[in-house]
Amino acid sequence: MARALINVPPKAKRGDIIEIKTLISHIMETGFRRDNVGKPIPRNIITQFTCTYNGEEIFSADLHPAIAANPFISFSTVATDSGTITFEWTGDNGFHETGSAKITVE
Amino acid sequence: MSLHRTGATRREILLTGAAGIGAALIMIEPAAATPETMQRAIRQLVGEAPIKKGKVTLDVPALVENGNSVALTIDVASAMTAKDYVKAIHVFNEKNPLPNVISAHLGPRSGRAKISTRFRLADTQTIVAIAELSDGTFWSASADVIVTLQACLENLD
Repeated sequence: MARALINVPPKAKRGDIIEIKTLISHIMETGFRRDNVGKPIPRNIITQFTCTYNGEEIFSADLHPAIAANPFISFSTVATDSGTITFEWTGDNGFHETGSAKITVE
Repeated sequence: MSLHRTGATRREILLTGAAGIGAALIMIEPAAATPETMQRAIRQLVGEAPIKKGKVTLDVPALVENGNSVALTIDVASAMTAKDYVKAIHVFNEKNPLPNVISAHLGPRSGRAKISTRFRLADTQTIVAIAELSDGTFWSASADVIVTLQACLENLD
């Protein structure tokens, strides 16, 4: 169970551009390192991040091993309606994590 | 007797040293991307379309002490309307084991074409950000970064 931190402003005016910040705990093992006996450590990364706003996809990103451990992603969106913004991370070894935040738009 | 023991010890040390060098040689792999592999990765993405300089602002520190986590912000000048918006932002590097860093997909609902993340740098190199616009054009910006502590290829102790 990975821990995710999500930062979405709880309130916004309709039409405002809001900034969303996300951080999730994950090792992001590159697959290029070796352990103390020289054995390659298999890759274990988050490959995909998706954000939906009231069910409609507003942002997604393909991540590569070059992304630092505990991936941090920030992006913007237009506050259109009150509702839920959901976040989804998927990755190697069946990694799957979701999170959500409520926003009130007036 | 004591002389003999000293010799044996020395031989052991030398043997260990040789084995160590051998191990070190085996560890070196052709696991580094080159500027050419980056260019290939970029061409794979944009095809034959021309890439123009401009519109993109790539904000990355010029000198990085620790390559394991480097802050990166890309801002693309765009009105972000339904007809004219940034479809995607792609980041590439020259000398990490793999040329890709991140591909972010945006849309008119993004409001502003600006993303931030943190990434790894295996060496002193040039970073390239490419913005794909809704009208099919590609715009780019690049930045040179000096790295003192390298990431990606270090081994566990």
